[in-house]
Amino acid sequence: MTEYIIKNGSVIDPTQGINAQKMDICIKDGKIVDSVSGNAKVIDAAGKTVMAGGVDIHSHVAGPKVDSGRLFRPEDKLFRSPMRKSNLRMEMGFSVPSVAKTGYDYARMGFSYVVEAAMPPLEASHVHEEIRDTPIIDESAMPVMANNWFLLEYFKNHEIENAGAYASWILNATRGFALKCVNPGGTEAWGWGLNCVTINDPVPYFDITPAEIVKGLIETNEYLQLPHSVHVHANNLGNPGNYTTTLDTLKLVEGYAPKSAFGRDQVMHHTHLQFHCYGGDSFKSSSFESKSKEVMDYVNKTKNLTIDTGNVTLDETTTMTADGPFEYHLTHLNHLKWTNVDVELETAAGVVPFVYDPKTYIAGAQWAIGLELALFAQDKERCFITTDHPNAGPFWRYPRVYKWLLSAKARNDVIENELKYGDKVVDTTYIGELSDKEISLYELAQMTRSGVAKALGVSHMYGSLKTGMAANVAIYDIDPENLPSDPEQYEKAFTNSFAFFKDGVLAVENNEVVNYRMPKKTVWVNSIVPENKQVERDIRDKFLKAYTVDLENYAVFDEHVHNPYAIKVDITQ
Amino acid sequence: MTVTVTLTKQPELYLEADQITPDVFAGKTLDEIGAIFISEGKVKYPLSEFATIEGAAGETAADTKIVLKGDWTKVKRIGQQMTAGEIVIESDADMYIGGWMKGGKLTVNGNVDSFCGIAMAGGELVVNGNAQNHVGSAYRGDWRGMTGGTLRVKGNVGNDIGTFMRGGTIIVEGDAFIHVLTHGEGGTIIVKGNIEGRVGGQAVKGDVYVNGKIDFMMPGFAYVDDVECEVDGETAVYAHYIGDLGERHSVVKGETVFSNLYLKK
Repeated sequence: MTEYIIKNGSVIDPTQGINAQKMDICIKDGKIVDSVSGNAKVIDAAGKTVMAGGVDIHSHVAGPKVDSGRLFRPEDKLFRSPMRKSNLRMEMGFSVPSVAKTGYDYARMGFSYVVEAAMPPLEASHVHEEIRDTPIIDESAMPVMANNWFLLEYFKNHEIENAGAYASWILNATRGFALKCVNPGGTEAWGWGLNCVTINDPVPYFDITPAEIVKGLIETNEYLQLPHSVHVHANNLGNPGNYTTTLDTLKLVEGYAPKSAFGRDQVMHHTHLQFHCYGGDSFKSSSFESKSKEVMDYVNKTKNLTIDTGNVTLDETTTMTADGPFEYHLTHLNHLKWTNVDVELETAAGVVPFVYDPKTYIAGAQWAIGLELALFAQDKERCFITTDHPNAGPFWRYPRVYKWLLSAKARNDVIENELKYGDKVVDTTYIGELSDKEISLYELAQMTRSGVAKALGVSHMYGSLKTGMAANVAIYDIDPENLPSDPEQYEKAFTNSFAFFKDGVLAVENNEVVNYRMPKKTVWVNSIVPENKQVERDIRDKFLKAYTVDLENYAVFDEHVHNPYAIKVDITQ
Repeated sequence: MTVTVTLTKQPELYLEADQITPDVFAGKTLDEIGAIFISEGKVKYPLSEFATIEGAAGETAADTKIVLKGDWTKVKRIGQQMTAGEIVIESDADMYIGGWMKGGKLTVNGNVDSFCGIAMAGGELVVNGNAQNHVGSAYRGDWRGMTGGTLRVKGNVGNDIGTFMRGGTIIVEGDAFIHVLTHGEGGTIIVKGNIEGRVGGQAVKGDVYVNGKIDFMMPGFAYVDDVECEVDGETAVYAHYIGDLGERHSVVKGETVFSNLYLKK
């Protein structure tokens, strides 16, 4: 197999404490090695930054609701479907890009592994079919679990072993990766036309509270010793004054310790925290305010928590979430089209287009809050950059978010020139207080590589340039010794990497995608638990009485799962 | 300055001619204009493959006039996104004529297929024959339709006229079929002939004037009073309806804004 040597690059790898050190990276047979032969192809990376391939902890890139977004937003592709380049598949779309564009754009940004944020278990085969068709990047998908009738009943009776046996069965049946929690209880309540907006609102019929569900999921997750912690989207997303619900939810981690052999320190990952840090009681500037500091104060001192940001990018985008009641609420705010679906015993979903218009106060305030979270974070190994793609903005805008974090000048330029109500945004958020704060490239690598891989429990596979790791390496046109004075250079360099190796194969060379046919993996968790006759009977019983599909047709077939890579976790040993 | 483009060869499929605009032609020599691409399916050809080109283009779009001779029935997207200047099509034409037009004047001396003038923002589009469906409508899926300009069809039109319209004027001198100003949020539509029905469904703003009959009124419209209006230069008395009463309506300066339907008495 081809050997490569990346010469003279400035290497940044937080997993080895390497900060912009000039060194060579050698690649052989898809792995990073100590040395290569004289025949190795030389990539000259002098004056450039070399990092491990990026890792995305939360992005909606495959599955039924992404497809709903594509189908009901043909205008998202209008004038954005250029004729295909000779060596690539056609690329289409803006906020809900086609699968080909998704894979290419992640590769252009130097990302190697992306976790699909919400997989309805019943629709798992569709998720895997789309993963198969997304080129280059390795992917995983998290089954949505916090409104699942089985779990609600087991949690109600404090039957964690049964919940674990069921969750393990779901992970195996859907080839899932981790337990996702979306609006715990609230999405089930939505089936009754209701919602849960605090952690103590009872779920109709099941008579259980979101707090009990989240604690049950934490206990189940640690019982199963999974690589990732429970992945939480809390109740009351997007509403003014919701930060108290957020703090209440975060505080549920108290007293829990991680039990996992995969190196993570957290028992809860809270996703797209930007949507959960609002004060006030309306969206008007006279009332609305940022509570990012209050929330981050708690996150900073609580070591068993990780978060991702959910940065608003000030674009027209498409919101999509398993938080069904939230999407209903949103369509009544912006009067745009809405789709909604109920997924039987498991979850629900909604999709609504949304315009984060910099001419409105609220979009500016949301933009500020997302950046504040990243700037307030003391431990960058516990705070990751996302846009909750496509909810707060498309993932291919990450480089723009990086620019706003790496350069105070770029951020202040938005406040002064792009936001219509920049002054009001400064008055009601903490962005002014942080006006000279910037993150370093090393911190950026923590927030997009090492920290993310650790929190996902995959630091043995991604996010590092250590010898023996899979050769996922990104090279960017940025010289750490001579940082660009024009912040636009950051955005340009991170949007289009100079080169990107996926498993030792050049996917991007000289800023162009040159190969997308290399093998890609579907990473899933094979959870093994003691035999549990009761849960087996419960599953058979529910499928007989309540599901529209037969139990034998429920689990994804092996042929649905593209190039599967199982992380085995056996708690019977 | 006028460029005359004569179509001399008929395509096997349909041609996409979004490059035929004064904006693209301006400042170019005849050879350069001949090299402009025109797509047949996924294959790009130079315009000169299908047409002869004579005359001269102006320096700017505004002083460039394009006259299209020959049979353009199988050509789509002429004048798409044009901002200034003039195009005259001396035959029928296919879909998306004058789509996303921002300025200038486009005249069709024949019939056009669907989607003419969709999401138009300015300028003047005149069809001297009939037009099919989605005249001055929004692009499918989009909630931002026509915002400005004038679109006049001398003959009849099909369905979905001015869907999601926000501004500008559509004048249909013949009949319309169904769905006129559906989801309207502004603008004016004048239909001098008859409409079968579904006028103003889910419209929250915008005006429709109908000189002929509406066979089936929408139930969401209510009669208010009789008013005298000047419509396209002629004054007459119209019965004034407001609607769509099933929709949300904004309040401006204490007054609720409705979509207005004026039916000639």
